[in-house]
Amino acid sequence: MGPLLISLYLFVLAAFLGFELIHKVPPTLHTPLMSGANAMSGITVVGALTLVGVAALSTSVVLGVLALILATINVVGGFLVTDRMLSTFGGRK
Amino acid sequence: MNDFTALLALASIALFVFGLKRLSRVRTARTGNALMAAGMLLAIVLTLIEMGLVDYRWIAIGLLVGAAIGYLTVARAQATEMPEIVARFNGFGGASSALVAISLFWAVVVETPGDGTAASALGTASAATLVLSVLIGSVTLAGSILAELKLRGTIDGTPSIPARGPVMGLVALASLVAGFVAVFGVEDPALSSVLVLVLVAGSIVMSLALVLPIGGADMPVVISLLNSMSGLAAAATGFALNNALLIIAGTIVGASGLILTQIMCVAMNRSLVNVLIGGFSGGDAEHGEYGTVIAADPESTAMVLEAAQSVIIVPGYGLAAARAQNAAYALAQALQRQGAQVRFAIHPVAGRMPGHMNVVLAEAEVPYDMLEEMSEINADFAETDVVIVVGANDVVNPAARNEPNSPIAGMPILDAGNARRVFIIKRSLSPGYAGIKNPLFEQDNAAMLYGDAKDVLEHLTNELSANA
Repeated sequence: MGPLLISLYLFVLAAFLGFELIHKVPPTLHTPLMSGANAMSGITVVGALTLVGVAALSTSVVLGVLALILATINVVGGFLVTDRMLSTFGGRK
Repeated sequence: MNDFTALLALASIALFVFGLKRLSRVRTARTGNALMAAGMLLAIVLTLIEMGLVDYRWIAIGLLVGAAIGYLTVARAQATEMPEIVARFNGFGGASSALVAISLFWAVVVETPGDGTAASALGTASAATLVLSVLIGSVTLAGSILAELKLRGTIDGTPSIPARGPVMGLVALASLVAGFVAVFGVEDPALSSVLVLVLVAGSIVMSLALVLPIGGADMPVVISLLNSMSGLAAAATGFALNNALLIIAGTIVGASGLILTQIMCVAMNRSLVNVLIGGFSGGDAEHGEYGTVIAADPESTAMVLEAAQSVIIVPGYGLAAARAQNAAYALAQALQRQGAQVRFAIHPVAGRMPGHMNVVLAEAEVPYDMLEEMSEINADFAETDVVIVVGANDVVNPAARNEPNSPIAGMPILDAGNARRVFIIKRSLSPGYAGIKNPLFEQDNAAMLYGDAKDVLEHLTNELSANA
């Protein structure tokens, strides 16, 4: 089984997992859940990391650094904003 | 990937899955979010381990600058603008995926000349998914920026685009063709990079055509859909880089985001297709003038409130916009002191995003047991002495129930109009987000309290306290 086929297996199985993972979410949690999932999509940060481990500054590295900054904003800001929303649900069990 | 980092990647995915599951339950939500954040940290660490010793200057700069901007953006945000912040972050995620793909393309095609096409350097599958990553990522970025501007009200209105479906289809097709020709058919770096820019431009045009005609009230659904797309963009980037972690995490976001979008549509009793067509845009026929509308003043309203045994407050976006959550809670406490039962009725899509009112009221430390969801409280309105609608409009519009041709027909509403008296705090009679008239305002038992929500609520509280 080649690497592409393995990737395809992962893609299909992850899609099934994602579809089954979420159901019956109370409306209160719609926004935090969207926000948390959004932070998770910042996983592209690891892709950006692999592109910028060099000293020389070329166009591709500039693009990579820009990608790294944006992805890190998405990750750090995304998890923080989700936590801030959830923390205000104080007094809840 | 060696065995050690592969195991770490598996642990990272487990943290994501377990965290996302917990995030969808009220009791465990906060730890779920923390688990996901831990999974992300682990993913970054294991990637750095796997890269071995490299030059860290750009890595450090990227991570530090990104973390600082992310932190400051959240720290400075008002509680009322959370939805806008989520939209913006989502756009950044999509942009990042597209940029990673473009950077990869640039490195192998433009900066490594004489090496054939991108496809011959990267392989067919990587090259093809690279194009998809740029397309989806660019659509996510442009769509999210537009969604944020619509939430802020910087852009309003729902312009109709003639032959929108076919136009979007053609632009998408043309963009994809340009992208595939760029990676498969062209060896000349200059020409193929121009084609990639055409792909980006086409994606942005497509995104504008998709989001512009959709009304602001539907932006939460659009943002949720774009969130799902930013996951798919990350997954496509994962295919291009042959990175399992990206594929799995991105696909999980893509799939669960789609389910969440569906759940949000169901909460509004709409279908996703209906939202995307721009269901709220057909408001022209409903722009009718108001007939007799009774205006009240805080003094007379306070006298009615003094006699009330049961009061329900219906908050909407106007409360969040006027930052009136503390004033609303103060009024509720004043009413409780005189012995009235006071509750807040929360419509699932009140405000600019589902759960928006919960966030805003929780900030004012309104106890959770004073908040009632629509399904729990709707039958109680008929038994209630006074309802105070604070800056809400569409979510209490009886047209959704009584007028089959209304653009919001079928949307579940709070039956505020069934109470004995209804006071509506609103700046003017201007229509709400759906852009339509609200027959509730004309009802005999309803009266308008014109003004800023915070001012009016404080005035009411003062009147109550003075007379007590």
